[in-house]
Amino acid sequence: MKISAEEIKKIALLSRLNIEDDQIEEVGKQLNDILAYMDLLNQVDITDVAPTAHAVSMRNVMRDDVPQPSLSNEKALSNAPEPENGYFKVPKVIQD
Amino acid sequence: MKYESVIGLEVHVELKTKTKIFCGCSTEFGAQPNTHVCPVCLGLPGSMPVLNKEVLHYAVKAGLALHCDILPFSKFDRKNYYYPDLPKNFQTSQYDLPICLNGYIDIEVGGKTRRVHLTRIHMEEDAGKLVHSGASIDTSDTTFVDYNRTGVPLLEIVSEPDLRSGEEARAYLEKLRSIMQYLGVSDCRMEEGSMRCDANISVRPVGSDKLGTKTEIKNINSFSGVQKGIEYEAVRQAQILDEGGTIQQATRGWEEAKGITVLQRVKEGDADYRYFPEPDLIPIEVSKEYIEKVRAELPEMPDARRQRFQDELGLPEYDANLLTLEKQTADYFEDVVKEGIDAKTASNWMLGEFAKKLNEEGVTADQAPVRPAALAGLLKLIAKGTISGKIAKKVLPEMWSSGKSADDVVKEQGLVQITDTGAIEEIVKSVIAANPQSVADYKAGKKKAIGFLVGQVMKQTKGRANPGVVNQLLTKNLE
Amino acid sequence: MEALTIHALHDKLVNKEISAVELTEKFIARKDTVEPDIKAFLSDNRKNALEAAAAVDKKIAAGEAIADMAGVPGAIKDVICVAGQNTTCGSKILEHFKSPYNATVIEKLNALDYISLGKTNMDEFAMGSSTENSAYQITHNPWNLDYVPGGSSGGSAAAVAAGEAVWSLGSDTGGSIRQPAAYCGLVGLKPTYGLVSRYGLVAYGSSLDQIGPFTNDVEDCAIVLNAIAGHDAKDSTSIPQEKKDYKKALINDVKGMKIGVPEEFFVEGLDDQCRKALEEAIDTYKKLGAEIVPVKMPHMKYGLAAYYIIAPAEASSNLARYDGVGFGFRADGTDIVDMYRKTRTEGFGPEVKRRIMLGTYVLSSGYYDAYYLRAMKVRTLVKQDFDNALRTCDVLLTPTAPDTAFKIGQNDNNPLAMYLGDVCTVTLNLAGLPGISIPCGFKNGLPIGMQLIGKALDEETLLRVAYTFEQNRTDLKKPLPMGEVEL
Repeated sequence: MKISAEEIKKIALLSRLNIEDDQIEEVGKQLNDILAYMDLLNQVDITDVAPTAHAVSMRNVMRDDVPQPSLSNEKALSNAPEPENGYFKVPKVIQD
Repeated sequence: MKYESVIGLEVHVELKTKTKIFCGCSTEFGAQPNTHVCPVCLGLPGSMPVLNKEVLHYAVKAGLALHCDILPFSKFDRKNYYYPDLPKNFQTSQYDLPICLNGYIDIEVGGKTRRVHLTRIHMEEDAGKLVHSGASIDTSDTTFVDYNRTGVPLLEIVSEPDLRSGEEARAYLEKLRSIMQYLGVSDCRMEEGSMRCDANISVRPVGSDKLGTKTEIKNINSFSGVQKGIEYEAVRQAQILDEGGTIQQATRGWEEAKGITVLQRVKEGDADYRYFPEPDLIPIEVSKEYIEKVRAELPEMPDARRQRFQDELGLPEYDANLLTLEKQTADYFEDVVKEGIDAKTASNWMLGEFAKKLNEEGVTADQAPVRPAALAGLLKLIAKGTISGKIAKKVLPEMWSSGKSADDVVKEQGLVQITDTGAIEEIVKSVIAANPQSVADYKAGKKKAIGFLVGQVMKQTKGRANPGVVNQLLTKNLE
Repeated sequence: MEALTIHALHDKLVNKEISAVELTEKFIARKDTVEPDIKAFLSDNRKNALEAAAAVDKKIAAGEAIADMAGVPGAIKDVICVAGQNTTCGSKILEHFKSPYNATVIEKLNALDYISLGKTNMDEFAMGSSTENSAYQITHNPWNLDYVPGGSSGGSAAAVAAGEAVWSLGSDTGGSIRQPAAYCGLVGLKPTYGLVSRYGLVAYGSSLDQIGPFTNDVEDCAIVLNAIAGHDAKDSTSIPQEKKDYKKALINDVKGMKIGVPEEFFVEGLDDQCRKALEEAIDTYKKLGAEIVPVKMPHMKYGLAAYYIIAPAEASSNLARYDGVGFGFRADGTDIVDMYRKTRTEGFGPEVKRRIMLGTYVLSSGYYDAYYLRAMKVRTLVKQDFDNALRTCDVLLTPTAPDTAFKIGQNDNNPLAMYLGDVCTVTLNLAGLPGISIPCGFKNGLPIGMQLIGKALDEETLLRVAYTFEQNRTDLKKPLPMGEVEL
């Protein structure tokens, strides 16, 4: 097994998802199958190979420091689950 | 046991560009909540960032002024963590290839110059602001989010653990602010949050070169808070060690009102931020030509200006130091001197009455309603003997509140110095007649008694008599 | 058959054989007839469509020139933001989300008087190869309703194949345009990364995503590409270049062109009938004077694994914003972390959650180097293989998928099997290269697709090679599976 039940719980928290205890085995099996397939990559000689993060090889794409119109407060909040007094309201904030 | 503190600072400085780092929203402070926002800084689905040119420009400028290496190839990365002030739940920042590495700041503490090394400077986006309903975020049942600040450009300036005291940390921050202001890249107002500081501190027995377990102090929003917070934490840690305890690696909040740090959260290893290259932003290449172009724009920096004030204007180091700490003050001072005022006189006033007034009003020199030419006008009246220095101290607040020139205030309030010796002599005689005891004291050799008599004359002339003339006439009439 | 293309309908509009409103009404009627069986659409835009059509008719009546696309009904994948309209991405988490802004492609299409009949169904957040992962409905393949239309842009593909729209837009992160085009017997193009702006395309794998068209023929493909391609200052990865007219590339001639055939794409597991159809296609090109060049691309077999690390990694970060704070679905929670977790657990479907978990894992400390960094290096090697092959060849010819469409439900509970079907398409996304899928045959009444791969920004050659095949293999043309649209 590449990924333990403990790790699944940790990854679920990092992802802000809940995995019920009775789902851990199934989720673990699927992830393990996929990760086992990824072992294929260990066959590749990657010595001195630079990583590619972008499909295009451009540099220095920037814009001028010129103000553009913002959204109105009403529009900004138009999709908010709980708008209040021009703010986005959220439940009690705690650290994980 | 005797301990020394080992301190490193992580300073966030908001850049004063017109627009945010990745979108065209205004960076202006103090707007109505959620009005300086757009799909990009709200992190709406489908929106994409584009880097503001001026942010790179300011970052390179700051890097050069702080003697950093500017990296020829730099990129942005995503720092992933969930917090409601972060609409995308990742912060676009720089990880392994920041725009600047190394560098240093020289600080003066206790008459000695110390070099504080920098680890790195990187560009990143600011988060939004959380407003809570209760006394603190931990005790509030709901929180309100304002994304106006989200995406305001930041430089994070990370120092090496080179600082050894709260005083040094404060000097470092003040010097950093000074340099940023000279460059015109940030206002660095701690009270507005445009400069923020997290301090990492550990203590170790003097003579040891092993690093102790550190704590991180957050929530510091004043220069004095930085010093006091570090001093408090140094004592707290030393006490724990003396009592045989161990330091817990943790984040602690500085509570300004109580003057203490309190535990916020215990760190168990580093958080897993899952940094990876930001796919929506293209890497940055900085050419040698660009760096030289920016270098050529660098203004005279505080150290150079201080030296010039000493060499060219003949000011003492103390004066030059204080005058150059804030760029606005130094600019103001030079404008006053340009009006033909003697440098030392201008300095005395700038560091005395004028500084007092700035403090009272909580403004910087550039915001003072009395402009340099007007202050010079006041100082000229003293030089000409029209008013005494003492009267001038009363004129300045009047100019400040009314916006009138020194000339007008002096004329309107009849403050012109009495130079008619006949008139003064009359008063001198009456004062001598009215104070036989003081006269007797004086004649008995208590020369100091003349001070009281001068005071009496000045009182009767409402301060308008020339103190030199009064002294002279009193001496003459007492003999 | 001729009538169901943009270019043919454009001629009819300009010649006043039919008005844009009439045309739109015909397609609305068609949609009403077949949609209960197909389920291609997530929204109905008929009111706006008819208004837009009336505006086109006004222009025609006033003797004004109209754009090639003007007045010809299309459809938009529900992953592209249209101001004031729902953009659900096939997810419950965005059920009521209305975009306050237009994607750049929508701005471009607006300027050309485009008509959209609605937003189309898709695998949730474009994650899937069958459109079964939609939170709303399963779309059916018009060629056989028991089969999937492919994915993730299955709604867009099915809409065109069923005659509910003449063209549509999809998005392609690992094959999500090309594979459904193959399964539905259409022309589907994934342009070069950076040719079409991604601004307003809800991100799945940002370094891989591209918007592209589904059409009934190659000429239409060129017309839609003309409409949507071009530099956009709002997308930092958009490539600055001069505007091209892709219609000029529609040349029926491949004489002397070099067509590479990489053996690694003709994998074990490639269906025999599909292989046969591709061999016939190769023969066609030979007969037309093209030179067929066998090429070797040794790193292709690693492409799929690299893709299924990189795409989920980027997705895990891109989808972090769906947290119930600023927009979209929110579940009640006792505190912020509880709210986040419940919102995301209830709001996302199983495949999206799986990829978020996978992506989070491969980026997490201790695994970054073994998975993500290694995958980025393999990406470099994949890119080099393409560079080498395309140095000697004008285009490469491969299958689009190992087989024709599969039955609905066939790959349930076997995500890896589903992933393996993307083996022919994902490598182009890793390399950022353009690819087009065109029909090259049928197997048991289901279309077979052929993929042509071009050099970066050389969509012209790609279109030319595809066009030549289409013009010379009219034997492959079949009437629309759901019957012709009555005009």
